[in-house]
Amino acid sequence: MTNPQNQEKSSCCSCTDRGNASDCCCSIPAGTKAAIGTATSSVTLQNRLDHVRARLGVNRMGHRVEPGLYCLGAPDADSPVFASANYTLSFDALRSAVAGVDCYILVLDTNGINVWCAAGKGTFGTDELVRRIESTGLPGIVRHRKIILPQLGAPGVSWPEVMRRTHFKVVYGPVRAADLPEYLRNGTATPAMRKVQFPLRDRLVLTPVEFVHVALPALAAAVILYFLAGSAASLAAVAAVVAGTVLFPALLPFIPTHDFSTKGLILGGVVAVPFAAFFATVPPLPFWANAAAAGAALLIIPAVTAYLALNFTGCTTFASRSGVKKEIFRYVPVMACMAGAGIILGIILGISRLFGVI
Amino acid sequence: MFDSYTENTLRYNQERCINCGMCSAVCPHGVFTPGGTAAVPAAPSSCMECGACALNCPVQAISVESGVGCAWAMISAALRGKDMDSGTCGCGGAAGSCCGSDTKEPSCCDKK
Ligand code: SF4
Ligand code: SF4
Repeated sequence: MTNPQNQEKSSCCSCTDRGNASDCCCSIPAGTKAAIGTATSSVTLQNRLDHVRARLGVNRMGHRVEPGLYCLGAPDADSPVFASANYTLSFDALRSAVAGVDCYILVLDTNGINVWCAAGKGTFGTDELVRRIESTGLPGIVRHRKIILPQLGAPGVSWPEVMRRTHFKVVYGPVRAADLPEYLRNGTATPAMRKVQFPLRDRLVLTPVEFVHVALPALAAAVILYFLAGSAASLAAVAAVVAGTVLFPALLPFIPTHDFSTKGLILGGVVAVPFAAFFATVPPLPFWANAAAAGAALLIIPAVTAYLALNFTGCTTFASRSGVKKEIFRYVPVMACMAGAGIILGIILGISRLFGVI
Repeated sequence: MFDSYTENTLRYNQERCINCGMCSAVCPHGVFTPGGTAAVPAAPSSCMECGACALNCPVQAISVESGVGCAWAMISAALRGKDMDSGTCGCGGAAGSCCGSDTKEPSCCDKK
């Protein structure tokens, strides 16, 4: 292992211009195995546009930072080392949170996926961390043997294993990058910093990508329903989708019950009521047709909203696999039966209209 | 009946614990808290089976069947005739999904 103190400091290291890297990074010992990039803490307008595109799901896998080692400020052999994912939002959150701190950032190759998801998949994991420590020549760059990982990377990393293979000690920083300055000041994370939160802002930033995913089928359903059953039915389709992808995340903690499916059924039920009331009072229709139309709304809208709500489990850090599995077995058959019954009612109404019965 | 999340696969063998505090440090839900002589499982039902505690416990005092709590991934695995538990999140797919959040890093899923 190279001791940086015994090495000449190169006047300027072999920096590369990659991702957010720009100027050359100095204070790096000569003989460093790999090139070191330089990052800044300032998040540019271009970075922000990239964040917006990422949140809209545009070019989803294209929001990447080149994996490797970066220096921020003018780090020396005693400066802290942080690890991050090669996803621009993760990397940018880290580099802006540690503004003013001279440090190194070790970017792991997570295929452009954020820390939490990548840790779950194992790409933000022990093997990749060990590989990056070795390939960047980190042991020759810093004198200490400590690397600070985001706490949400812990599901992918085994610290005893990293220690055994690299002699680097893994310490876990706070959940939120924004707490890093306080963490660095105190040298430890408070229990509050260690707990994951899911405030309104975090829930709302997920809604565009959720909506975009179902926008196309929703639009198709709205157009078909417009021609088959009129503008109210078309609007009902849009309302069910907006309820499941936008209203549900926003209102998540305020809807009673714990399960995502039952929350979705409740929300969908509330959204369905005005449509059912409207269909129940369409003037020229016979009573049975009014009732069938209202029933179809009360069956289909909650089922669609609940299904979309159930799928939101994957966007949270709260749903366990055991629990989600139970939800699927308990509620998906109910949703399927409700949607099926509603569609049958709709078909009966459509056929009746076609044959002039109503 | 109306709470599917009361039980999970988290198991803790207190006798093995050397009270290193790592499980309290890595758990994002405060399931474990530091105790006098051993870690205390303070809120086991809050566990979302991420596996961080088990992977980082130096003496294997914790076990959990970790997995992705993503309904879409599980339903889609079942529809393809695969084991629901086999489905890792497939956010690596070109279409991607919610896996785009930042500091909060919401859980993964492999939608659409
Ligand atoms: S990580 Fe293991 S040894 Fe350490 S406190 Fe938790 S249970 Fe005990
Ligand atoms: S599996 Fe994750 S959520 Fe459950 S106790 Fe361990 S660290 Fe906490």
